[in-house]
Amino acid sequence: MGLKVPHTTNYLTEHFGDDGFVSLKGYEAQGGYEAARKALTRMQPEKLIELVKDSGLQGRGGAGFPTGLKWSFMPKDEDRPRFLVCNADESEPGSFKDRILLERGPHQLIEGILIAAWAVGAEKTFLYIRGEYSEPARVMQQAIAEAGESGYLGQGAMGTNFSHEVVLVRGGGAYICGEETGLLESLEGKKGQPRKKPPYPAEFGAFGMPTTVNNVETFCHVPHIVRRGAEWFRGIGTEKSPGTTIFGVSGHVVRPGLYELPLGTSLEQIVFGHAGGVPGGREIKGVIPGGMSMPILPAAELDVPMANESLRERQTMLGTGGIMVMDDTTCMVRVGCVIAHFFRDESCGQCTQCREGTGWMEKILNRIERGAGEEGDLEILLDVSAKMEGATICAFADAAAWPIQGLLRHFRDDFEMHLRHHRCPFHEGFRL
Amino acid sequence: MVKAVKPKKAAKSGAISGATRKRIAEEMQKFPQKRGALLEALHLVQEELGCIAPETARELAEIFEMRAVEVMEVVSFYNMFHAAPQGRHHVHVCTNLPCSLRGGRSLLRRLEEHLGIRAGETTPDGRITLGREECLGACAYAPMLRIGDTYHENLGVELAKKLLDSLE
Ligand SMILES: Cc1cc2nc3c(=O)[nH]c(=O)nc-3n(C[C@H](O)[C@H](O)[C@H](O)COP(=O)(O)O)c2cc1C
Ligand code: SF4
Ligand code: FES
Repeated sequence: MGLKVPHTTNYLTEHFGDDGFVSLKGYEAQGGYEAARKALTRMQPEKLIELVKDSGLQGRGGAGFPTGLKWSFMPKDEDRPRFLVCNADESEPGSFKDRILLERGPHQLIEGILIAAWAVGAEKTFLYIRGEYSEPARVMQQAIAEAGESGYLGQGAMGTNFSHEVVLVRGGGAYICGEETGLLESLEGKKGQPRKKPPYPAEFGAFGMPTTVNNVETFCHVPHIVRRGAEWFRGIGTEKSPGTTIFGVSGHVVRPGLYELPLGTSLEQIVFGHAGGVPGGREIKGVIPGGMSMPILPAAELDVPMANESLRERQTMLGTGGIMVMDDTTCMVRVGCVIAHFFRDESCGQCTQCREGTGWMEKILNRIERGAGEEGDLEILLDVSAKMEGATICAFADAAAWPIQGLLRHFRDDFEMHLRHHRCPFHEGFRL
Repeated sequence: MVKAVKPKKAAKSGAISGATRKRIAEEMQKFPQKRGALLEALHLVQEELGCIAPETARELAEIFEMRAVEVMEVVSFYNMFHAAPQGRHHVHVCTNLPCSLRGGRSLLRRLEEHLGIRAGETTPDGRITLGREECLGACAYAPMLRIGDTYHENLGVELAKKLLDSLE
């Protein structure tokens, strides 16, 4: 898949160039499963949760929630079965890091899952993988079988009395199933429509049982933290956002691809230093920093460190670290149309604001792009998007509203030109 | 749990086979409630029969002890399941933003011209169903398309046309 090996810390992807790493033997040769052995045989679950809290690890599925804290929400002293869910639904446009973590490091993920399962006392993990990921699913299925045969999974893992099973579940192709409660519904064989919260999954999760949901990448950091300690982890990245992440760079760059880098690396360094800048001597117009749900940044703001605390100051977020680069030939109204179409198509339809709002946004944007926009359209657009925020069952509606707000915040000129000239001014070099 | 899976007397054409029923029964064991296996069952059945027609949905409803309309609702909620037969090959071109920035949309237009059909349609000989797809997690390797289970990345238009021509 053309993974570029970065020059700095890259503990997650270090061995991904080595085909043997996919096998259990190859993984063990690099010290694989030692962290799980250490955790299961020498660490109490509470100790482990403390360690992950101390490390400052934040979820890598988009919301950046502290992982140790999430684990601590699982009810204590209860004998209901508990579950873990690994969210491998990766469908956020611009994100493709989980795919390589599944394909190239399946045992790293299983080891992370096993350690997390011990920490929260889960008997089973549902690994929910998007239906289109056939190859990653095949690799994972094989790795799960291997880990079972070698006594890492199944009855009495590694000679302890802890048993854990990983069940692979294929999704059916619906973006909303990445939202954790949409995923839980889907896991139960239903339409993936998100649940009202509370109750949260730790109380009422998969099949009504206490459940912790984490992203693929989040689990993959865990064995490294157990092996090398919280302090080591905090030494990478920023004070508030420790560790590395895998940035996916796409769009108008010379070397699109995946780059594992410390959080806090500047967007400029990633786009120019690693991805080689824009081809054809063109200028950058804007960059979406964290997957399509996150507001765009203009070229003048590329100095921003890629960490949640610094991106929030610029009214955007790290999201899934999917970086999309757009050069100066790009029509931002057209970009808005593509984004709005996606969200209109994928809304699960439960909430009026989301179902109607995504439709309105698409309609108005298409009309502006065609040159048929009317005075006041931009105000309507902003008004509709504001009404979608914070008013719905899940964060999908916010994710649909934010990118459009970002485009209007930074590229209002593009929109006004369309309205003034009654056509798209970007036919030259038009590439969308 | 397994007892709900009563093999039908004679497999009529288009009916779910005994082998698939057995696999569905195995899948059910993995979940606290058997309905958890429904998505996997839909995948298995569609792989066998090509689509989930209403009569197939009724069969599945029996297996899962649910109402047929509930099965059909699930089928229609997910993009990957089809209630009607599709072409022998499904070609999905990604047209989401990152792919479009690198020519995904123009690739789709050129393939529409090449096949003489629009996205969403099937060639008259039933060979290819052409579809537009949302992000498939291959954004850096755009333009890309998926044929059945297989990803084809970094595709030029000519290469893509050749690929389609080579499909039986
Ligand atoms: C619309 C929507 C889509 C999402 N899609 C994904 C996804 O594909 N993968 C993922 O890991 N998290 C996704 N999330 C975030 C999950 O709801 C959840 O926060 C995450 O899986 C928790 O894992 P983490 O704490 O390890 O990040 C999505 C959230 C929303 C609102
Ligand atoms: S916000 Fe949108 S996607 Fe989320 S539950 Fe409501 S309608 Fe569904
Ligand atoms: S946008 Fe096409 S694979 Fe992501």
